[in-house]
Amino acid sequence: MKEFLRACFRKDSSGMEEFLNTEEKPDVSRQIRKSAVRKWQESLLSNPEMQKEIQRRQQRYHVLYRIIAVISCILFIAVMLYMIAHLPLYGFKNPRADVVASRYIEKGLEETGAVNVVAAMILDYRAFDTLGESFVLFTALVCTTILLRFGAKDKNRFVAEPVFDTSSDTILRVIGLFLVPCILLFGIYIILNGHLSPGGGFSGGTILGASLIILSASAGFTTTDRIFTYKRLNIMTFAALGFYSLSKGFVFFVGANGMHNPIPKGIPGAILSAGLILPLNIAVGLVVACTMYGFYSLFERGMIGHA
Amino acid sequence: MDFICNLPLFMIIASLFSSVLCLLLKKKAAYTVCGILMVFLTTADAIVLYYTYAHSTFTYPMGEFPAPWGNEIRAGVLECLILLVFMIVLICSIPAGYRYLRWEVDETKHNLYCALLNLSAAAVCALVFTNDIFTGYVFLEILTLASCGLMVATETGRIVLAGVRYMIMNLLGSSLFLLGVVLLYGMTGHLLMVPLHESLAEISTDPSMMLTVTLVVGVLTIGLAIKSGLFPFYFWMPDTYGWSTPTTAAFMSSVVSKAYIFLLIKVYWRVIGIDLLERMPLHLIVLALGIAGVIFGSVSAIRSNDVNRMVAYSSAAQIGYIFMSLGIGGRAGYIAAIFHLLGHSVTKSLLFLVTPRLEEVADNSMIFKDLQGSALRDRTSGLLFTICSLSMTGIPLFAGFASKFLILLAAWDSSSYGVFTAVLIALAVSTALNALYFLRTVIRIYSHPENEDPENAEPVRRHHSLGYLIPAWTLVAVNVFLGLFPAITAGLIDSGFGMLL
Repeated sequence: MKEFLRACFRKDSSGMEEFLNTEEKPDVSRQIRKSAVRKWQESLLSNPEMQKEIQRRQQRYHVLYRIIAVISCILFIAVMLYMIAHLPLYGFKNPRADVVASRYIEKGLEETGAVNVVAAMILDYRAFDTLGESFVLFTALVCTTILLRFGAKDKNRFVAEPVFDTSSDTILRVIGLFLVPCILLFGIYIILNGHLSPGGGFSGGTILGASLIILSASAGFTTTDRIFTYKRLNIMTFAALGFYSLSKGFVFFVGANGMHNPIPKGIPGAILSAGLILPLNIAVGLVVACTMYGFYSLFERGMIGHA
Repeated sequence: MDFICNLPLFMIIASLFSSVLCLLLKKKAAYTVCGILMVFLTTADAIVLYYTYAHSTFTYPMGEFPAPWGNEIRAGVLECLILLVFMIVLICSIPAGYRYLRWEVDETKHNLYCALLNLSAAAVCALVFTNDIFTGYVFLEILTLASCGLMVATETGRIVLAGVRYMIMNLLGSSLFLLGVVLLYGMTGHLLMVPLHESLAEISTDPSMMLTVTLVVGVLTIGLAIKSGLFPFYFWMPDTYGWSTPTTAAFMSSVVSKAYIFLLIKVYWRVIGIDLLERMPLHLIVLALGIAGVIFGSVSAIRSNDVNRMVAYSSAAQIGYIFMSLGIGGRAGYIAAIFHLLGHSVTKSLLFLVTPRLEEVADNSMIFKDLQGSALRDRTSGLLFTICSLSMTGIPLFAGFASKFLILLAAWDSSSYGVFTAVLIALAVSTALNALYFLRTVIRIYSHPENEDPENAEPVRRHHSLGYLIPAWTLVAVNVFLGLFPAITAGLIDSGFGMLL
């Protein structure tokens, strides 16, 4: 199944045929549920009348489905347009609408020490939402790993041959090796200056991840495998997110109980300022980079590192 | 501020941290961490429940910035009670389904499964405690993703397809909810529930704004209804619940979809305000969809020919009950909805945990024909299945009866004869249908197979591990408690709603 999914995401369909031809070897430990699945499917599909019935229904529902989909889409669009036409201008009916936003802009620098108001908002004022948001990424990484990574039971693993071996292409390799350090540096800059200028952990981490993807695409996975093994990636994610959750938990605890926050805010504008925002940006950046590279590696070949 | 007020924060942070910790652990250690976390969450929640009952509700700022500027969580009797039942279900379904987890989840992926369990526990805690509508959205997203991951951990072909369908439907629901949140923010400039409510009350004094507000509430309702599986959006349910591993099925049917419904109730009460809601025609639509869900879910359950799909479709019917009592409106309707939510959580999770045991003694088939006589080979599971069926059908002594009774009382209180008649007919018809498909199954599992050779009859299997028996009977005990003393729980829920305002 996994190979099938992965083959669907690749552009060439050569992997798909091979997969469909190979028979899955039964695995003793998972026999129980599988036999139930197979029984069910056989009882349905082996019946020729059932097959005809299924075909007939599919044709009938295909038309019905399209009609209903078009009608409901048009209805939804109409309702939404009508609603937007009747929406008041921002803050027009409600003079208190900018109470929150104005405080962020006016007092953000003083209260958080961050020059970048967006960073102050997402990592200090509304830090709990952002904590959740970075765990959304983590959840996505875990789900993809569960679905796509080869496990102990995938004995006859099958890795589709790449369309052409990119690492043997000289132009690609040279340009890749020239580009990667620049992109890497740019990503690090964006992460480290997240509290001073536009940017931060999420955007910088994406750039870092992109540079890793370019590196593994141009120089081959053997290069990145030397640094990024599955275990190291896990340790990195654990360190970043563990630090994030614990430090933010501490800040919430201190803030809610009205204690003195021991983390210094520093001089606004200096690189070491804005309290926790800089380390949190680094943590988020690491997680985002790991997630992006992990996605690429899993979709491309079903493993991270050598295994 | 008392130290106990910090417990909700500790619960959320501990579950988030332990989820990343699980990445580095082996199978056994990961399950240990997961178990310790669940015990901690249950105990802490019980303490907070006692505290809020004895004192009063409290809000807890997340960080040093007060309400309209920073995030906030809030704990009251209602939140703690619901979370307590969710945690009991979760803590029971892990050991009771472990027998199948061991087979169905890949050896190297158990720690990831535990990480997802911890993440979804964190998400459920945050969803229940949140006092900020956008925090609700963020953790709703975590819960959706994590439950999808828990589902596909089985990795058989069909569950992956079901997972894709689940993902599409749920993302549609999430995006509608997000749209509603964005529109609310655009109108009021607030995201926290209390200031949002005040601004909204001010805006809606203008009659020309009423339609817009109604549409926004409609979008929020449809989004969460899709995610929890109300008619006509319940077609992702049978494959999702029927083919995932029992622990996941129990967790998803009794915690995940119910957490969305609770978020909806919280939005209704704390954001929209119950007075404003009464002025909208929305509750009639919810009532109609709920009734349709009850009838169509039951009919689909009767038409299905394997037991897993039947149980899953009956979930759709029960979600219909909950929305039906939301549609009745009034305080009594909401109390009945919460009561049914709790009772159904306890019953349905046990059903999903028991059914695979019956299938196991029936040569691993889930088709009704093969299940004949399976309760004779596995007496304990047969008894548990019968208890659940009786509760689902609504026999006195069990939670199902109490909640149906409460729904009927709420309909009587609503002082609208149309609503009362509709609810009465829906309840009567659906109870008959419930009895038809559940008791049919019970009779089938207790009757001897037709061509059974008495000498070759399979030996009776009596030995179950305590890891299955203790959780199963705990769930039965909670069920019977809800059924025998509905006044206690309903009183708690009532005082919870009093604090919710």
